[in-house]
Amino acid sequence: MKSLSRLLAITKKEVRQLSRDRLTFGMIVGIPVMQMLLFGYAINTDVRNLRTAISDQADTHLSRQFIAELRETQVVDIVAYVATPAALEEQLRMGEVSVGVAIPADFDRRVIDPERPAVHLLVDGSDPTISNVANQLRNMPIAFDTSAPMRRIHNIEVRPSYNPERRTPVNIIPGLMGVILTLTMMLFTAVAIVRERERGNLELLINTPVSSAELMIGKVLPYIVIGMIQLALILVVGDVLFQVPMRGSVLDLYLASGAFIAANLSLGLVISTVAKTQFQAMQMTFFVLMPSILLSGFVFPFDGMPKFAQYLGEMLPVTHYIRLTRGIMLRDAALIELYPELIALGIFTLLAMTGAALRFTKRLD
Amino acid sequence: MTGNYAIESRGLSKHFGDLKAVSELDLKVPRGQIYGFLGPNGSGKSTTIRMLCGLLTPTEGSATVLGTEIPGHARYLKPKIGYMTQKFSLFGDMTVFENLQFMAEIYSFPKVSRNARIDELIEKYDLVDQRRQLAATMSGGQKQRLALACAVLHHPELLLLDEPTSAVDPQSRRDFWANLFRLAEGGTTILVSTHYMDEAERCHRLAILDHGVKVADGTPLQLQANTGMHIIEVLADDPYRAQEALDDGDAIASVTQLGMRLRVLIPVQVEDPLGKVKGLLDSHGVQAEVRVTTASLEDVFVAVTMGTEGQDA
Repeated sequence: MKSLSRLLAITKKEVRQLSRDRLTFGMIVGIPVMQMLLFGYAINTDVRNLRTAISDQADTHLSRQFIAELRETQVVDIVAYVATPAALEEQLRMGEVSVGVAIPADFDRRVIDPERPAVHLLVDGSDPTISNVANQLRNMPIAFDTSAPMRRIHNIEVRPSYNPERRTPVNIIPGLMGVILTLTMMLFTAVAIVRERERGNLELLINTPVSSAELMIGKVLPYIVIGMIQLALILVVGDVLFQVPMRGSVLDLYLASGAFIAANLSLGLVISTVAKTQFQAMQMTFFVLMPSILLSGFVFPFDGMPKFAQYLGEMLPVTHYIRLTRGIMLRDAALIELYPELIALGIFTLLAMTGAALRFTKRLD
Repeated sequence: MTGNYAIESRGLSKHFGDLKAVSELDLKVPRGQIYGFLGPNGSGKSTTIRMLCGLLTPTEGSATVLGTEIPGHARYLKPKIGYMTQKFSLFGDMTVFENLQFMAEIYSFPKVSRNARIDELIEKYDLVDQRRQLAATMSGGQKQRLALACAVLHHPELLLLDEPTSAVDPQSRRDFWANLFRLAEGGTTILVSTHYMDEAERCHRLAILDHGVKVADGTPLQLQANTGMHIIEVLADDPYRAQEALDDGDAIASVTQLGMRLRVLIPVQVEDPLGKVKGLLDSHGVQAEVRVTTASLEDVFVAVTMGTEGQDA
């Protein structure tokens, strides 16, 4: 009973302090909204309007028709016509265009001849997304090659079958929920405890009857609520601005999020036991955040990563959470069907909590 | 049980790497008294206090604090002690009332009398006008009174105060000590560290720490009576030249200038100390008034720390 009242005393104090910390309070709302606006509008894997130059040495009816079809895909935006393939390469090198289409003089004959490529596509290989899109144009599952040949003109009409309506935010938002919660939950917890150490409050607190567990849980409780509020915010903004569907159960999503928030808070606690200053806590948070963005399947398809990176990704809570959110929100999967991800989050929380409890002692040495 | 002693330490030591912050400290602090730790910065006062409340684990040795064994059982000790850190460690973004309320909740102070106790403390520690003020915006003296109020809220048997007056003005210091005496009269044992001589003089007993070693302990009067030194006061027109003259003397242990006066310490085994001082001054042609006086605590401090400083050199 005493233990519970001490725990609640810590929570009450934390909420009180939080309500007076305008910056943190602003971040609770600001971080999710800002990031959603940024990523929701900026990240677009549905690439269109690539700047393109064309060298049509054939200049036949068929080649002009091909160029017209190419333009219709909306993938390319033809900005220049040049005389030779060499001029195409020059444009590409100077960064004037991202794609160069070289139509040889014997284009018509090559179209009939399956042995010879009808069109050469020169692609700026320094940007992986652009070359991926060019690969879609080619629509053949062979290895990346910046001057890959196009074999059949009709396969150019890749776009429509690839669903031109496909909007990136639908894919981005469920993943973004994971990234935002990772950032805020981990950072808030870590900083909340390290700040007390920096200000000397901790020296006073550990001389009171408060136990380590009461202190940690009491401090973390408000942030669970904050995480849930952020989640609601993300769902509303996602729905209003980006029409992200919510095909599964909201309750399932909240349960999954609860498990994920717990995992991040325990990681934040671990950081707080290692970091001596708020700055260190922040650095460590970003050390976790970067792989959470890059290796979790949020930006790049998980299956496409090398095995080693996949193992690393599996160790991040956000990887499992993104699978949960995409499953629940987009595929109408039930939480129970996704149980391996829940188990993974549970194990992570357990390990991190144990680590934090072992490291956090009520002593200064 | 330890009976009359609130704190009894045996060979308490703390090493940080090669640094011996505290070496084999034997301490006996009687209940209901104000016990002072006198020593310069870095003499091991804070480290000792932190070991006694379980914040630091001793490298060697142990202590019995209010019947609880340290190290090992500090948990049982927490509800019985009040601790005031050197740096203000309450919550700056909470008001006086909220800080006290938080401490009351943390110490599970009975709910029925909680608010009455907080009001009583706010009254007693002269914080009535600051009741709704954020702690961070208060003056040094006000912060210190709040810290003391928070430390005594739960009626601790033992108060550990780590240089509580280092950041306040003289008037606040006097008021603070008046509060300490009131608490001691009420039966609270107080261990207070300081580097102010006048504060040390107010303690019932004190221990002088130097480089982690206890170099003397006892009541201020005992310490002053047992310096092992003759104390000679020299009133010279030119104290600088007088000091030069005295520095030549073999028998002279130390010369300290206090304004126009010099305090000269000469070991007790030296005969006719007054004559020796006069002789030295005369031979250098310095005009001065010379008289034997009693030791101040400062003299005690100089006398007992001379040995360890010699070791350092």
